[in-house]
Amino acid sequence: MVGKLVEALRHDVVIVGSGIAGLRAAIEASRVSDGKLDVAVVTKLQAMRSHSVSAEGGTAAVLYPELGDSLDSHAFDTVKGSDYLADQDAVERFVREMPGEIYQLEHWGLPWSRREDGRIAQRWFGGYSYPRATFAEDKVGFFEMQTLYDTATRYGGIHFYQEWFVTSILTEGGEFRGVTAIDMKTGSFVQILGKAGIIATGGSGRLYSFATYAYSSTPDGMATALRAGIPLKDMEFIQFHPSGLIPSGILITEAVRGEGGVLVNKDGERFMKRYAPAKLDLASRDVVSRAMMTEIEEGRGFKDQATGLDYLHLDLSPIGDEKIKSRLSQIREIAIKFRGIDPAEKPLPVRPVCHYVMGGIDVDIDGATRIRGLWAAGEAACVSINGANRLGANSTAECLVWGKFTGAEAARYAAGKGAASTVGEQVQLEEKRIFDGIFHGKGGTNPYEIRDSLQRLMAKDVFVYRTADGLSEALRTIRELKTKDFLHCEDRSRVYNTNLNDVLEVESMLIVAEVVIAGALARTESRGAHARRDFPKRDDKNWLKHTLAFWGPDGLRLDYSKVTITKYQPTERHY
Amino acid sequence: MTDVRLLVQRFDPFKDEEPRLVEYKVPKREGMTVLDAILYARDYVDHSIALRFSCRQASCGSCGMKINGRPRLACYTQVDELAGEKVVAQPMENFAIIRDLVTDLGSFFEKHAEVVPQLVRSDLQEQEHPTSEYVMKPEELTRVLQFTYCIKCGLCTSSCPTVATDSEFPGPQALAQAYRYTADVRDEGGDGRIAILDTPHGIWRCHFAGSCSYVCPKGVDPALGIQLLKRHVMSGHAPRKAGEGSPTAKAGIPAHGPGSGSSSGG
Repeated sequence: MVGKLVEALRHDVVIVGSGIAGLRAAIEASRVSDGKLDVAVVTKLQAMRSHSVSAEGGTAAVLYPELGDSLDSHAFDTVKGSDYLADQDAVERFVREMPGEIYQLEHWGLPWSRREDGRIAQRWFGGYSYPRATFAEDKVGFFEMQTLYDTATRYGGIHFYQEWFVTSILTEGGEFRGVTAIDMKTGSFVQILGKAGIIATGGSGRLYSFATYAYSSTPDGMATALRAGIPLKDMEFIQFHPSGLIPSGILITEAVRGEGGVLVNKDGERFMKRYAPAKLDLASRDVVSRAMMTEIEEGRGFKDQATGLDYLHLDLSPIGDEKIKSRLSQIREIAIKFRGIDPAEKPLPVRPVCHYVMGGIDVDIDGATRIRGLWAAGEAACVSINGANRLGANSTAECLVWGKFTGAEAARYAAGKGAASTVGEQVQLEEKRIFDGIFHGKGGTNPYEIRDSLQRLMAKDVFVYRTADGLSEALRTIRELKTKDFLHCEDRSRVYNTNLNDVLEVESMLIVAEVVIAGALARTESRGAHARRDFPKRDDKNWLKHTLAFWGPDGLRLDYSKVTITKYQPTERHY
Repeated sequence: MTDVRLLVQRFDPFKDEEPRLVEYKVPKREGMTVLDAILYARDYVDHSIALRFSCRQASCGSCGMKINGRPRLACYTQVDELAGEKVVAQPMENFAIIRDLVTDLGSFFEKHAEVVPQLVRSDLQEQEHPTSEYVMKPEELTRVLQFTYCIKCGLCTSSCPTVATDSEFPGPQALAQAYRYTADVRDEGGDGRIAILDTPHGIWRCHFAGSCSYVCPKGVDPALGIQLLKRHVMSGHAPRKAGEGSPTAKAGIPAHGPGSGSSSGG
């Protein structure tokens, strides 16, 4: 029996996601083709709402070599921060590209904060040897998004599909054909065919409820890539930022410590001097978060009565009122509004918070996946420049650089291809999966409670410190949750049905969480953000390699690939 | 623990003739925002409540709605700060309703795009292939800064009495952004923007009710921006012409690559 035809839309380049990476890719694809290519940006949000807006403190680039900074130093700091798991050829390419990106955004209108002489200002950030975090107050990601979105409206060839939820990647013979999506406004299921594609759907931080992430940061893009046969790389490396504000984990930027703020325990002690005597509060994020959890576990933390969460104090008083108001205005606003504390007067309650995933869709140095004609960029991808621990101010930077690269690569590829063709059966199967399987699905389990259970187990057993027992227990629970009958939709409307999206998101979260836990359990060493209580040392002999997780009919399979080392030989890290 | 009495306006265009208010009981917790309350109802009481939300920290602009009669961001409104015993959530005015709390912002984004919200320069080669930055003094930045805080949430436009009566009026959001780019010392596109906006349906339709500035959650003063645009026109104080935007700094992109110099740190 032939099902009803699914409408097909055609474009040259199809970009999924509208954060910094997606928008930068769209502009580049349009620009390198002189506007001749037809570029689609498909996003489950409105195009300027992506989680990138929440990036606060900075974007790293070497702008002032005359003051001693160098590309070599930026590369070395990044590799050291990564605990030597970054691919060094990619890091070198990255740092070379960054100064141009800062100037490009400036020329498109970004209001970077300025020095007295009218040139771009930079500040200190954790893990760096020079102050190279370029900033626009403490709203860096927001201004980058605004600048890219406003600039993209100038390009006639960029078509936005806003509030379209992508459900699968279409391929034929190992080649990209397009995506399937639900138009949320009408509920129609549509195929968007393209000659080339870019996945730029961001990170998976909502595997945790105490997270700096937007609610929309679920691993939909990563899960669709896995289903299309592309492995995820290094997913066990999850960054816990030292300062998430109690109660919900809103980010208090590292720039607070860059400007002079200090972490203090309940005895009033600046405890970082015991853990990182040289860099103190500005050691890399994994180091500071582990120090904080040790302080808390040894009884030197505070407890929040309402949430039961343990925390420490972040004291901003050394920064001074004037600088707090001029350079950290958003932080002050957030603290007053969400916690009722003016940080100019009282310390902020903070604890380590899920902030970034170093892993992502496995890509090469150009951002290309294993599917011909498909690239991935930004947090959704793993190049890898971040290895086992990303330095602050390098993520927005990575989104810009690989947004640009993949936009250009995809455009060149698409320019040499004939018309996009449809793939038939895959589309019908996907439609059945979503509408027969979920929209008309039956079940007694509340999908939102499945999400809650998942987030609880991640917070308990897949947090800053991990053990074989905890991870095994987590893996068992995840596999149990997957068998529950939560794949159903109570909302019967086709118009703006967020319930359907939410169920699809929960399904993706379970798949990707399993990848994270399996990778973490297998990796019997401590490296960067992956800290095993039972294996406290880095083990270069056995584990200086990337994890690759494949998804197939028989479930999950792990494999490994080698790390590219050019000139920075692995040594022990000290801060 | 007390309950919050949450009333959400529901409307499905395929089912309902009229919007109606539906009450949900939500257990209150310390620091609860209106967004938290609605999401509790959505997750555990009625999965079919439709709303937009994302960042939950007043940066993304998704969750604009009318709360107890006033346009606000749901994530940026504490239940405790509302007077009265009920929390009433309704869609923003001046926009068509798609469903429940979700409104159609399509023409709002189009109007924003129409005011040329980009830096316009005559040195196109430099602008697209930068060698350095355009110089901008801190005080020149400060002059435009508040107008750059716009998150495109639509609250100002939903509160504007002129938008309610003139569909051709660009609205406070778009006009404030026209001012933001025109007042930027790096920009040379003011003449073009003013040609679009110096019309009966443009800046002159604003009669300075000021509600836009009152409701903005980010401290932008669109009403002021519109008055400053009017002053530009009236004073004959022309914006910068082609070639008059601020120049580039002398220094440039570091030419040396990794490989020069020794590694630092350790």
